Amino acid sequence: MAHFEKANSIGEWLDQRLAVNTLKRVMQTEYWIPKDINFLWAMGMVLAATFGILLVSGIFLLMYYQPNIDTAFDSVNYTIMSEVGYGWLWRHIHGVGASIVFLIIYIHMFTGIYYGSYKKGRELIWLSGMGLFVAFSAEAFSGYMLPWGQMSYWAGMVITNLFSGGSLHADGLVEWIRGDYVPGQAFLSRFFMLHVLLIPLAIIGLIVLHFGTLRIPHVNNQEGEEFDYKEAAELYKAGKVKESKVIPFSPVFLSKDIFVMGVYFILFFYLVFYHFGFAMDPVNFDPADGLKTPAHIYPEWYFLWSYEILRPFPTDPGLIAFAFAQVIFFMLPFLDRSPNVAPASRRGAFKFWFWAMLIDMIVLTFMGKLPPEGIWSTIGLVAALAFFVLWIALPIITKTEKKL
Amino acid sequence: MKELKIFGIVVVFTLALYWGVEPFAHGQMHKHVEGHGLVYDGSADIEEASKEKKEAKKAFWADVKKIAALKGDATAGEASYMMCAGCHMDGAANMGGVTPPSLDHAGAIYDKNFLIALIKDPAMATNVDHKYPNGTMAHPMGSVSAMVSAPQDIANVVAYLQAKKAGEVTPKEAFTEACGRCHANRYGKLTQLGEVPKTKSNIKTGQDIDALKYAQKVATEQAALADYLGTLPPDLSIIIRARSEHFLHTFIENPQSQLAGTAMPRTGLNHEGMEKVFAYLEETGDPSKPLREETGPKVLLFFFIFTALAFLWKKAMWKGHH
Ligand code: HEC
Ligand code: HEC
Ligand code: HEM
Repeated sequence: MAHFEKANSIGEWLDQRLAVNTLKRVMQTEYWIPKDINFLWAMGMVLAATFGILLVSGIFLLMYYQPNIDTAFDSVNYTIMSEVGYGWLWRHIHGVGASIVFLIIYIHMFTGIYYGSYKKGRELIWLSGMGLFVAFSAEAFSGYMLPWGQMSYWAGMVITNLFSGGSLHADGLVEWIRGDYVPGQAFLSRFFMLHVLLIPLAIIGLIVLHFGTLRIPHVNNQEGEEFDYKEAAELYKAGKVKESKVIPFSPVFLSKDIFVMGVYFILFFYLVFYHFGFAMDPVNFDPADGLKTPAHIYPEWYFLWSYEILRPFPTDPGLIAFAFAQVIFFMLPFLDRSPNVAPASRRGAFKFWFWAMLIDMIVLTFMGKLPPEGIWSTIGLVAALAFFVLWIALPIITKTEKKL
Repeated sequence: MKELKIFGIVVVFTLALYWGVEPFAHGQMHKHVEGHGLVYDGSADIEEASKEKKEAKKAFWADVKKIAALKGDATAGEASYMMCAGCHMDGAANMGGVTPPSLDHAGAIYDKNFLIALIKDPAMATNVDHKYPNGTMAHPMGSVSAMVSAPQDIANVVAYLQAKKAGEVTPKEAFTEACGRCHANRYGKLTQLGEVPKTKSNIKTGQDIDALKYAQKVATEQAALADYLGTLPPDLSIIIRARSEHFLHTFIENPQSQLAGTAMPRTGLNHEGMEKVFAYLEETGDPSKPLREETGPKVLLFFFIFTALAFLWKKAMWKGHH
């Protein structure tokens, strides 16, 4: 065994055994962040904080939730909402958190796209981020099954049906996923397991990976500038904080993160107390009824754009389009052929690509919720086609982009 | 400042997104039904009615209007009320599929015009006459029109109800009298037979026989209701969160306006009745509202202070950096 001296303080004792001082240096005081960044770079920490909130509120809900098709609905809507002290608060926090986390994820993703933060050297940041997006989607979907309301049941029915693969008629696969012919007890139990165990574990692992992938390339900055971190760090340590292009993660970058989080929490808790309806669909306050199809079945808002890519087409092409939409963002670092790391505003045609993609996805989101009738289905079809055109155009316009 | 401009762009896109998936989409998804301000003059019924029925409905509601203009005599009404009490008594039994409700607060929660119409012809008044192609006398309360038929008698009974069967009514009473014979409210521990009695299980067998007997009685009542209405009316424990307030309001005022052909009758609530029924639905379906309103400002205040302190800390940390 290594030789240990007697420690004179708890800090020293820990340092001997865990190298906490080194850890602190590597992960905080000498983890260098570029100075030229704006509040959008705080979104990652806002996401981490929101995940923490979801985890804690989820643990509280788990103490009273019953994963049983006969009692699930009332265990949430009666026991937690009216019998458990402040149960309603935990539920509203969890519901609002689950919805708002996607808003922040989308802002975080589009920030990455705008500033070109997925390019050479940063591909793994992007890929692990997309892994998180998929894991969060699965987490949100499985969580939505748990209250066993009308939307739980029918969204569960519709989404699992997608796995039949249209005219492939893979009904066996659908039954295997459901554990039954229709959503029932087996279905609820397994989605419960996924929601409280397997997917959260995967998310935690992915967050660690995501943070790991950030360490070597460092985060991007507002101008996409490449500079010598060693030199900038030496300058900072020598006290020339004004001249240096970097700041330490802790406490300087963190102090701004915390301020941004404060602003975010004000919005968050305003929604929790006064405006939670958007995050908890009214239809899901009717108990699940396999004999009564709701008039409108639609997913939560964050899935609407991809749902609308599925809907305007006949079954088979629709499923192919849907599958394409699910994975295409993973390919971004490889479809963008330009070597420029710069904000979209300085990248010629890509600037239009960025805004067109953002607006197209918002239009798809709107149309995904509206009933597919008349003008709405036409707009939906056009927007879905535009989505593909944009992705096909991406390698071409970025290939011809002028080198900055 | 550049950072504020970026923030502005994020806010604008976020608000546009919200507007599109919430107010706009929901506005498009649900047909808009105008309320009638709880005035029961049959105008909606006449509008909806098929050609053959239009004239009969016009005549019916014109009669109601005439009776409403008469001055009712509450004392004289008491004698006719005995006819009502023959069916509407404590512990009344199910008749024709439904148990007549208590009328203890009928004068307080129902509209005067509606009561007049109800006594003249219950099926017409409640807008479910489409269920009775062979004459509305077949309605479980249909025979009342043979017992109390003279316009002055009707006016008298209604005057009696408004004078003697009014008084202070609690939200729970309003719900029980107006909705409770059809709709259970399990979070409020109400079945179609009223409050669920407290029972005890036998210590030796572990069986609660009284609870089982009660459950059987409820099941029998529900089966009769389902036969009468074609479906078991849904439990209303948490309906306040499952439907918008506007939907509930217009639906209760005239169920046919939102669900054409439905078996749910119009209940003829006046403003007080509606308010009390809503209060009860909120009590069982959204009980955290008072606590939410109390806790919300405190939590927000905490985060305002938190943010202000964080801002000062940030300023201190970034000093000399730019
Ligand atoms: C033949 C028995 C009978 C008689 C007589 C009778 N009722 Fe009814 N009444 C019923 C039944 C049954 C119902 C429930 C009908 C339903 O829900 O479809 C009812 C319902 C009602 C309602 C509730 C309607 C609503 O808005 O929900 C009122 C008010 C009422 N009766 C008043 C009266 C008055 C006043 C009289 C006397 C003039 C009277 N009833 C006489 C059987 C009777
Ligand atoms: C005579 C029986 C009866 C009475 C009294 C009655 N209802 Fe109903 N109600 C029904 C039936 C039957 C349905 C199912 C309607 C359908 O599905 O067509 C229903 C459905 C409803 C619904 C659900 C509508 C939907 O969107 O699915 C609500 C809300 C409702 N009733 C509220 C009330 C309220 C509030 C009262 C009291 C003021 C009341 N009802 C009194 C029979 C009744
Ligand atoms: C939901 C859980 C997520 C968490 C907790 C998280 C966390 C973080 C953190 C802390 C950072 C560093 C600070 C910052 O730039 O904001 C970061 C950066 C980044 N993340 Fe995420 N992230 C998540 C999801 C995603 C997703 C879905 C994507 C996109 C596919 C993504 C892509 C990126 C990229 C490209 C960067 C680098 C930004 C830059 O270099 O400027 N992340 N993330």
